[in-house]
Amino acid sequence: MIISIASGKGGTGKTTVATNLAISLSQMDVTLLDCDVEEPNAHLFLRPQMELKETVTTPVPQIDEGKCTLCGKCSEICQFKAIVRIADTMLTFTDLCHSCGGCMEVCPSGAISETGRELGVIEKGVKNGLKFIHGRLRVGEAMSPPLIKKVRKMAESSGLTIIDAPPGTSCPVISAMKDTDFVILVTEPTPFGLNDLKLAAGAVKILGIPCGLIINRSDMGDDKVKGFATDEGIPILMEIPFDRKIAESYSRGELIVESIPEYRKKFIDLYDNIQSVVTAGEADL
Amino acid sequence: MKELVIISGKGGTGKTSMVSAIASLAQNKVLCDADVDAADMHLIMSPEVIKSEPFKAGCEAKIDKNKCTECGLCRKLCRFYAISPDFIIDPIDCEGCGVCYYFCPEKAITFEQKTCGEWFISDTRHGPMVHARLGIAEENSGKLVSLVRKESKRIAEESGLDLIITDGAPGVGCPVIASIGGASAVLIVTEPTVSGVHDMKRVAELASFFRIPAMVCVNKYDLNKEKTEEIKSFAETHDINYVGQIPFDPVFTRSMVDAKNIFEYAPDSDACSEVKKIWKRVSERLGC
Repeated sequence: MIISIASGKGGTGKTTVATNLAISLSQMDVTLLDCDVEEPNAHLFLRPQMELKETVTTPVPQIDEGKCTLCGKCSEICQFKAIVRIADTMLTFTDLCHSCGGCMEVCPSGAISETGRELGVIEKGVKNGLKFIHGRLRVGEAMSPPLIKKVRKMAESSGLTIIDAPPGTSCPVISAMKDTDFVILVTEPTPFGLNDLKLAAGAVKILGIPCGLIINRSDMGDDKVKGFATDEGIPILMEIPFDRKIAESYSRGELIVESIPEYRKKFIDLYDNIQSVVTAGEADL
Repeated sequence: MKELVIISGKGGTGKTSMVSAIASLAQNKVLCDADVDAADMHLIMSPEVIKSEPFKAGCEAKIDKNKCTECGLCRKLCRFYAISPDFIIDPIDCEGCGVCYYFCPEKAITFEQKTCGEWFISDTRHGPMVHARLGIAEENSGKLVSLVRKESKRIAEESGLDLIITDGAPGVGCPVIASIGGASAVLIVTEPTVSGVHDMKRVAELASFFRIPAMVCVNKYDLNKEKTEEIKSFAETHDINYVGQIPFDPVFTRSMVDAKNIFEYAPDSDACSEVKKIWKRVSERLGC
């Protein structure tokens, strides 16, 4: 089973839920994927022992000027303005390239081959039996979805996979949530939290994945998030009230289950709850 | 004309609350919400929309079943696995590269521009505001960010305003890169947590990569004073101006619930006096 954790708004507690859930279930076969590759944070709380680090690249064109006839077909097919003819040279702007391979395919003189643009790194580690993988986007690189997809490919298909998704509702979060079995939406009961929750719930709906809600700092704000959940039929899986002790231990990089051990059972129950929703959904098919 | 962009790396550190608060202090400005993926500033500013326009960007490929002979060339060429075995293109996986369209021997694929959001010019009690709404699950957020920034600049020029305050997105990727290029300076709003510090360092590196002068302030500084000191000393050693710190104060949440900024909701709060100090330093650095 794959559970992804998303939010719309940033800073609502995705990483807190992902790391605490994963560590609470570490007796099982669990892999935690941190797919917030722009700002990966899960490792700061898990402190896994890293065992592998690899640089990830995406293919981008390079042009052999000796073979190029300046026909311009490559710049014509490129939708991303990554190849432009300037005077009698075809210039490549590889930062803009989406790696579709169209230019190489269309070139009649075989002048285009591919080289790699560094997207970032993927690291793999382990913590108390829990398998951990995260991606770290190279600072200056604009495109995170290809790296997110590579992180997801690194996961073994067996056991339980928990995905910490990036904030927002556009392509990076879609790459992290797509083809998962359940989405945990984490929000806070504020106007910003609600607005972004509506967008995230809309994205989950487009993908057709069952979801449930965790309300963090549940006593700071108003009750409109609950009203929305009821109207949309989204189950509220857990509420975490504001607790300065949690906020302070978070600031030091500690897990809630470490500073308040009673939470371990809550996270195990959360998983059991999700499992029964997913199993019931499969039975309906 | 100056443009200040508020960014953070980590989400939820208080970017939008900060921009909304500064709106009460800065004069002659345009507000720009460049967090098009999860725009929230309108919830405080209650903008009165004067003009709205669809945002068209990129194209989407579709297969005409009547013309398709199922030769399979498009599936072979598509690197995004967007075409199913029964020749339907998944709009979510489609990258908009047009390779299938270009090579289809039957001309069975259409490739038309799509609308992937909407953008607005509005009036608010704090002056003009430009904002947008990227469609759910859409791409091209960077292009939409560039568009709202360009419109903000145009309005500022036409109305003789000399400052743009731009609310950026979290992270360091496409929309953030699009929001800081060519800006006068960035103000990083961070929090004294391991993740806040980690993400602040990455976004500071991004600003330095694009040679944009950076300032930093710490929200909820009293949650962890050691981490606040760490941020301060990082700033000192990395040519970043440390412009102040704000105590943890539920007044931010309460004012948000009331659709106000903190100056409108609790003008005598400690948070307000700290934000005033921050704005004084920021505006001096900006020279406005």
